[in-house]
Amino acid sequence: MSNGSTSSIYSAALMDHNAHPDYRYELEDATHSHDGINASCGDELTLYLRIDDENDIIEEASFTGHGCAISQASADMMAGLIEGESVDEAKRLLGLFIGMIQGNELSEDDIEDLDEAAELQSISRMPARVKCAELAWRTLNGILTERETEK
Amino acid sequence: MSSIDITSNPYKKDFPLLASMPDLAFLDSAATAQRPACVIEALDHFYKTMNANPLRGLYELSIEVTEAIDSTRKSIARFIGAGEENARDIIFNRNASEALNIVAQAFAPTVLEEGDEVCITIMEHHSNLIPWQQACKKAGAKLVYLYCDKNGFISDEEMQAKIGPKTKIVSAAHVSNVLGVTNPIARMAQLAHENGAYMVVDGAQSVPHMPVDVTELGCDFFAFSGHKVFGPFGVGVLWGKHELLESMPPFLTGGEMIDYVSEQDAVWSPPPEKFEAGTQDAAGIYATGVAIDYAEKVGLAAMEQRERELMRYLAERMDALKFIEVVGPADPDARSGAYSFNVTGVHPHDVSGILSGENIAIRAGHHCAQPLLLFLGMHTCCRASVAFYNDASDIDKLVEGLELVGRMFNV
Ligand SMILES: Cc1ncc(COP(=O)(O)O)c(C=O)c1O
Repeated sequence: MSNGSTSSIYSAALMDHNAHPDYRYELEDATHSHDGINASCGDELTLYLRIDDENDIIEEASFTGHGCAISQASADMMAGLIEGESVDEAKRLLGLFIGMIQGNELSEDDIEDLDEAAELQSISRMPARVKCAELAWRTLNGILTERETEK
Repeated sequence: MSSIDITSNPYKKDFPLLASMPDLAFLDSAATAQRPACVIEALDHFYKTMNANPLRGLYELSIEVTEAIDSTRKSIARFIGAGEENARDIIFNRNASEALNIVAQAFAPTVLEEGDEVCITIMEHHSNLIPWQQACKKAGAKLVYLYCDKNGFISDEEMQAKIGPKTKIVSAAHVSNVLGVTNPIARMAQLAHENGAYMVVDGAQSVPHMPVDVTELGCDFFAFSGHKVFGPFGVGVLWGKHELLESMPPFLTGGEMIDYVSEQDAVWSPPPEKFEAGTQDAAGIYATGVAIDYAEKVGLAAMEQRERELMRYLAERMDALKFIEVVGPADPDARSGAYSFNVTGVHPHDVSGILSGENIAIRAGHHCAQPLLLFLGMHTCCRASVAFYNDASDIDKLVEGLELVGRMFNV
């Protein structure tokens, strides 16, 4: 029954994002921040965004918190993906990523758009880790939904 | 002299799952035990040859089921030192959590008043913690904690300081599911009784690992789960002192727990029926009896001895890994079943995930003991737990798996 598939998720890219995150810091001039928790494992994450309201652009994204390598790397990859993008594009990526983790097939274009985050696809077959991979993205969803209702 | 050879394993063949997965290192028995063939067969046997609704039986099958349940009550009463003659003080429910809820929701309100205190330990499983939070909130009482040192030891001074005239209930895990330590229950019970309080024991992690005697412990209530003692899922046990069970109100109400019902009122049956509303899991209870017989045949003292050797070997191998941070007592003899740890700089979920790929089953997370982990200054940890059906090769596999984790994360 030994499968090794669990270990294969720990790719070089994922290990690198975990060990040397680019976006793991507190954003002093954030316009939005939101806490995400993964109740089943006690993981916590705070996502910070500085959104230019006029142009609807995410100028800067960062995160702090603690969690497993998958949740930390996923957060770092996400921050890299959405920084500099429009809010609408971030929403589209969010839909793609959550869809992928829930097991949807991705097109070549989608895979390209998700970049390294597309490597997390195989997590859709590891129910215990789905929440880890999703934590940052669900937190992003929290911010964007809240921002919309405020408008 | 220890004559126990943990490299040989005469027990594995009794457990079909373990026998059919020779590559699996199952080190999560504290979450739920594996079941021997006799227990699995008992469920089959029950449904094929004994099945009927137990109570109020007016025909052969039903009478037989009622007798089987009563016989399991006797086995359990003997097993936990309550005495066969007190079998009717054994109450069946779904699990240890429900058993503790019976005490916290039905008994506690009869003794708790505003300003009173309930005393529990910092190492409680959420199942023996949240029910008391709720009971205290309802009564306006205060929840007081007994704190341990980093080896999991609760001092006598701590107990004397916290258990006092305001204390109405003391409730504690007999054995901690995270630290593996055995709490000084008899002393807690003595202090509780000196102060006119009652002693409740969560025995979920002690019953599978050591001979238990509720009389020696001096407690008033004792709860455990059948599934951790090699029985099927779905059967919990609460033992209580007879006069307390007599005088307290029921927890759930409905069928099978009344003597007489009129339009506006009902007369409760005596215990245990008073606490067993609705149709019981008769097959599960029957198979739990078979599990207890099996455990007694192996012998709790023999299990305890073998597990001690396993724990010593585990501690020795883990000590040799430079990246392991032990959670709980340094002395392996202070642990029953559970060995918790962290890999320096690696999140427990990554550890368990990588080990899972190597066919090693351990638990990672907060182990339903969040206040304890926060007290120890961590969010989560890993836990390997052993039962008598483990052997040295399971521990060797764990150590190899941890070495792989170490290489992957460069620790
Ligand atoms: C110490 C302790 N108490 C209570 C429980 C709850 O048992 P159950 O989930 O069977 O109700 C557990 C289970 O892990 C436990 O370890």
